[in-house]
Amino acid sequence: MPADLLTHVLRQADRTLVLSHRLAEWLTHAPELEEDMALANISLDLLGQSRHLYTYAGKLEGHGHDEDHFAYERDATDFRNPLIVEQPNGDFAVTMARQVLHDHAALLYWESMCSSTDETLAALAARAVNETRFHLRHSTGWLIRLGDGTDESHRRAQAGLDTMWPFAEELLGADDEDDLRTAGLIGPRFDGAWRAAVGATVSEATLTMPPEPPTRSGGLRGEHSEHLAPMLEVMQGLARAHPGATW
Amino acid sequence: MNAAWPLWEVFVRARRGLSHTHVGSVHAADGETALQAARDLFTRRQEGVSLWVVPSADIVASDPSAEAELFEPAADKAYRFPTSYELPADVDHM
Amino acid sequence: MSQAEFDALIDADERIEPDDWMPDDYRKTLVRQIAQHAHSEIIGMQPEGEWITRAPSLHRKAILTAKVQDEAGHGMYLYGAAESLGVDRAELLDRLHNKTQKYSSIFNYATPEWADVGAIGWLVDGAAIANQVPLCRCSYGPYGRAMVRICKEESFHQRQGFQIMLTLSEGTPEQKAMAQRALDRWWWPSIMMFGPPDTDSPNTARSMAWGIKRYTNDELRQQFVDATVPQAELLGLAIPDPDLVWNEERGHYDFGEPDWDEFATMVRGEGEIPDLRISTRRNAHAEGEWVREAAVAYAEKQQQRERVA
Repeated sequence: MPADLLTHVLRQADRTLVLSHRLAEWLTHAPELEEDMALANISLDLLGQSRHLYTYAGKLEGHGHDEDHFAYERDATDFRNPLIVEQPNGDFAVTMARQVLHDHAALLYWESMCSSTDETLAALAARAVNETRFHLRHSTGWLIRLGDGTDESHRRAQAGLDTMWPFAEELLGADDEDDLRTAGLIGPRFDGAWRAAVGATVSEATLTMPPEPPTRSGGLRGEHSEHLAPMLEVMQGLARAHPGATW
Repeated sequence: MNAAWPLWEVFVRARRGLSHTHVGSVHAADGETALQAARDLFTRRQEGVSLWVVPSADIVASDPSAEAELFEPAADKAYRFPTSYELPADVDHM
Repeated sequence: MSQAEFDALIDADERIEPDDWMPDDYRKTLVRQIAQHAHSEIIGMQPEGEWITRAPSLHRKAILTAKVQDEAGHGMYLYGAAESLGVDRAELLDRLHNKTQKYSSIFNYATPEWADVGAIGWLVDGAAIANQVPLCRCSYGPYGRAMVRICKEESFHQRQGFQIMLTLSEGTPEQKAMAQRALDRWWWPSIMMFGPPDTDSPNTARSMAWGIKRYTNDELRQQFVDATVPQAELLGLAIPDPDLVWNEERGHYDFGEPDWDEFATMVRGEGEIPDLRISTRRNAHAEGEWVREAAVAYAEKQQQRERVA
C-alpha cells in the first residue's frame, strides 16, 4: 500500500521531533558547556523543522489539527519516526554515532527536497539544508575526534557505531514511497551517496564499518521499539492531563 | 593528560562593512571546534557574518606599565591633526 | 599604575581593564562574585531544564530550550570575564563542585509544576534583571560588558515567564490554581534573592565604593516589589504577603519581613536538592573527561601531522 504525502511528512516530523527530544535530554550534563550550547542549538533546529512539518501535515490532513495535536495527542503506534531516533542516548559517543548516520541522511534528504514539486517542502528544505550542514560539521567532527582521539574514546566510538548501525536502514527512506518519487514530491533514493559519505567519516575516524547490514526497521510503519512509549509518556504527560488547555 | 581545553578569544564582524570586534572567549581543543563554539555562543541572534578565533596565549598585548612610553608622545604632535592648520575661509573646507 | 591611579579611575567612574593594577581584595572580590554569578547561571539551567522534556506545547518546548541554552551562554560569558582576572574556568568549576564557591540559593528550590517555569521567568529573572542592570556599569570592564550582553538576552526570559503565568491565569481553573501555587512557592525566595537587609550586609559598603555594586540590597528589593505588585494584579493572582500594602506617604509598597532563617538554611546548601544540583555538575564533569581528553589528543595528533607534512 503506497504511502501518501501526509504519511511521508509525518515520518519526517516525527523523526525530527523525537531526535530533538533525545538531544534535549543532554542539557545540563553535556561533556562541556560548549557542548550544552551545541546540542541545544541542534535540538532547537530539529524542533523547528518538526513544527513546520507538523503544521504542513495539518494542512494536508485537512481536519484542522495543529502541531500540538500531532505531537501530544497521538500514541506511540501512530508515530512514524525511524527506530534509530527513539533509541536512548547512551554515552556521548553513541549519541554522536547516531547523529553522524542521521545527519548524512538528513542532508541528502533535504538537498533533494530543494527540488521537490511541493512548494512548501522545497521552501522548508532550503533552510533545513543550511541547518543540517552545520549539524553534520558538528557530528562528523566529534566522531572523528572520538575515533582518532584516545584509546578509550576510540573504543567507545566503535561501540557507539556498532550500537546504532543496525538501525541505519530506515534513515534511507521507506519502501512504500515510490509513487511520491514518481510525482517528483520526493527525490530519488540516495543509498549509495549515504554509504559513501558515512564510509568516509568512519574511515577518517579510524573506525571500522560494521560488517553486517542494518536490519532493524518498523518505526516508519508505526512498529516501535520499547523506548518510544516511555519517552512519549514523559513528553505528553502534562499536556494530556489537561485536555484542550492552552499553554 | 591535561584534558582542559585552552582559551580562545573571539572576534565577530557584525555586518559587512564593519571590522571584527572582540566579543569574548570560548574553550576548545582546536580552531574548528572553537569556531563552532563561537558561532553558537556569539551569533545565534544573527549578530555576525564572520568569526575569528585566536588562542588567547597567542595575543601579544601592550604592557599597561608602558602606557606612557607607548601612547603619550602622540599628544606632543598636534601637527598630525587638521585642526592645527588655519586656512582662509574660502578654502577651509579642505 | 598604582593605588592612587586605581582610585582616580574608580572616582571618575572609569573602567578597570584586565591588565590594570588593582588591589588584591578588589581582584579577589570580583573573581568570587563573577564566578558565583556564572555558577548560578549554570546551576539555574537545572530547575527549568527538567521541564524541557515535559513542556506541554512545542512552542513552549522551543522557548524553554532557548532559555536554558541562553543560561549556559551567560555562564560562559561570565566565566570568560572571570578568566580575564587570571583564573582558569576549570579551577572555578572545581570550587563549585567542592562547594568552596556558591551559587544563588534560589536554585535550591524545587520546580514540581509547569507553572514554576513561569514563576521563575517572571519573578526570579525579574529579580535578576533588577540586580543585573546596574552591574552593566560595574567598574570592571569585562564584567560590565558581559552584563550588557546578558541583559539584552535576559528580558525575553522574564517576558516569556510572565506570558506563561498569564496564559495559565486566563486558562482552566486547574491552570489558574497551578499558577497561584507557583506564586506562593516563589514569592518569598525571590524577595530574598536580593540578599540580607542592608543592616546585615557587611560587604555592601566596600563593593559600592569599588563600583562593583551600585545599589543596596534593600533599594533593589523595594524596586522589585514596586514593579511586581501591579503585574500580579494583572494576573489576578494573590501575593502571599498579608503585610503588603501601598504606602502613600513613602510612594512605595510596604511589605512583610522575609524568613531570614529559611534564607540562611538555603544558603548553607544542605539537603536533597542542593546535593542534586552539585552532583549533576560533578557527574557531568567526570563523565565528560574522556570526551575532553579525546579532543585534546586529536588536536595534538593533528598538530604533529601538520609539522610532518
